[in-house]
Amino acid sequence: MNDLIAEFEALRARFPPGFESSFVLPCLRRMHERRGYVADADIDALVALLGVPRIQVEEALSFYTQFRRRPIGRWHLQICRNVSCSMRGADRLLEHLQRKLEVAPGETTPDGRCTLDTVECLGSCGTAPVMMVNERYVENLSLTTLDRLLDELK
Amino acid sequence: MAGQQLLMTFPVTATSHGLAEYRARGGYTVLEDALHTRTPQEITQAVTAAGLQGRGGALFPTGRKWAVVVPGDGQPHYLVANADEGEPGTFKDRWILENAPHLLLEGMLLSAYALEARHCFIYIRGEFDLPYRRVAAAVEEAYEAGWLGEHIGGTGFACDILVYRGAGAYVAGEASGLLSSLEGKKSYPRNRPPRLTVRGLYQRPTVVNNVESLSNVAGIVAHGAAAFRAVGTQKSPGTRLISVSGHINRPGVYEVELGFPWRKFLEEDCGGVLGGRPLKAVVPGGISSKVLTGAETETLRLSHEDLWSAGSTLGSGGMIVVAEGTCMVRLLQIMLRFYHHESCGQCTPCRDGTGWMHRIIDRIVAGDGRPEDIERLYYIAKYNDGTTICGLGDAAGFAASGMLDKFRDEFDYYIAHKRSRCEGRIE
Repeated sequence: MNDLIAEFEALRARFPPGFESSFVLPCLRRMHERRGYVADADIDALVALLGVPRIQVEEALSFYTQFRRRPIGRWHLQICRNVSCSMRGADRLLEHLQRKLEVAPGETTPDGRCTLDTVECLGSCGTAPVMMVNERYVENLSLTTLDRLLDELK
Repeated sequence: MAGQQLLMTFPVTATSHGLAEYRARGGYTVLEDALHTRTPQEITQAVTAAGLQGRGGALFPTGRKWAVVVPGDGQPHYLVANADEGEPGTFKDRWILENAPHLLLEGMLLSAYALEARHCFIYIRGEFDLPYRRVAAAVEEAYEAGWLGEHIGGTGFACDILVYRGAGAYVAGEASGLLSSLEGKKSYPRNRPPRLTVRGLYQRPTVVNNVESLSNVAGIVAHGAAAFRAVGTQKSPGTRLISVSGHINRPGVYEVELGFPWRKFLEEDCGGVLGGRPLKAVVPGGISSKVLTGAETETLRLSHEDLWSAGSTLGSGGMIVVAEGTCMVRLLQIMLRFYHHESCGQCTPCRDGTGWMHRIIDRIVAGDGRPEDIERLYYIAKYNDGTTICGLGDAAGFAASGMLDKFRDEFDYYIAHKRSRCEGRIE
């Protein structure tokens, strides 16, 4: 993460003094973006840089759903199955994804292409059903558009 | 259109969220004028007199929250915009973040001026990508144009706004949990007292306001409290952004003048129930608000007092429309799974209670329900209520008891016959 230190110092300059503890989440996010997950070495480096307790970093990593400790597939498919998405067909989409990718939620295809997960409400209920593909929201999904999307994800 | 509008007053285009068009709509003139001609106390007085109630769901009077912060007490004060929109069924703040980010910024600057807050934060949920990019771009534009930083509007007023991204936790939307998260920790809610306005972010007086609440401030300051009160009802001044989803022909975000007839809104603005099915139920304000039957919506107006009188709330404005033929047992299963998943685990009644309710509803849906399960759900709901640090446990209980109060026969049927009376349909 040495290449990120300059960026983290710029971040520090924008915060009021005494906010070192607050940097944990933005720094983890950047390291996560870079590597696709957070490695032990990242935690060591962050603790050394910020001087925060190691347990705080470990707790944040285990608490928030967006942080991972292991690599996943190139495409992370997170399908919402909360109330509004279920009412608009999320169950059928999830079944379709499982059948087509031959994985269950939480699993990655053997070729490392796709990781499938279910998530709770993404705040996109008016365009349900919705799925996150990496950082992007794909809205108003149907079986047809889902198939087309899967073809595009190489 | 559902009455008068205060926020959704311009056509949304590919460029309408930017500073140039916001300025063309009169943006930042309220701030500039206020910095030269009004005292911070006058801003607070206007917001208090307007009777603005918090738009995040608790409907707490914004002015009363602000009044706790003591001007000139020698401490730093912080202002935080709660953009951690995550209550299922709610996506209305996203409309502001994506389409009117400068309206939020101007409202925050006016509020920061009133509260003597040098540093402000926008805490935005981690999954929101486009909203984050729009807000971050707006902040940069505002710095470049001199609306943020030092000597704003050529005065001595200085203010910085930082955009902070969450990382995936429903409970971070609770104001004290949000501050824990903003301190880089797990978003554990905190016991009160002390109030956050006394000891909030890093133990300093902190005001946490919803995005929509803050976006109303510029209008209130510009036109005065009386003008704001002229919209809506006496007990619910102004408008609400209502996000409508579920079995509805035209889902989306609507601005509704408080007091507007509910059924008329659903039929005329939202195009009625999907597929022309009869209306079975509506979850009025996020799944933490108690469900109401379709019949109840016929006589109620969309106002805080009307929904309270019916034993529910307009809450977060996340309205989920449910058509006839939908299995309420399965809907409750989704809700209870959600609360179990999102309970932070800090308080025993919620940690154990949400898991317990989830296991009960799972076994009912699996056909293994027991006759005593209904009373058990009520029991857990009762002992979750008011026994935990934050409202998540209460909310799980409200969802359960709300469904049981209104659709008890469906639950009894499911347990007795080991199958759904509606064939398990939720679509």
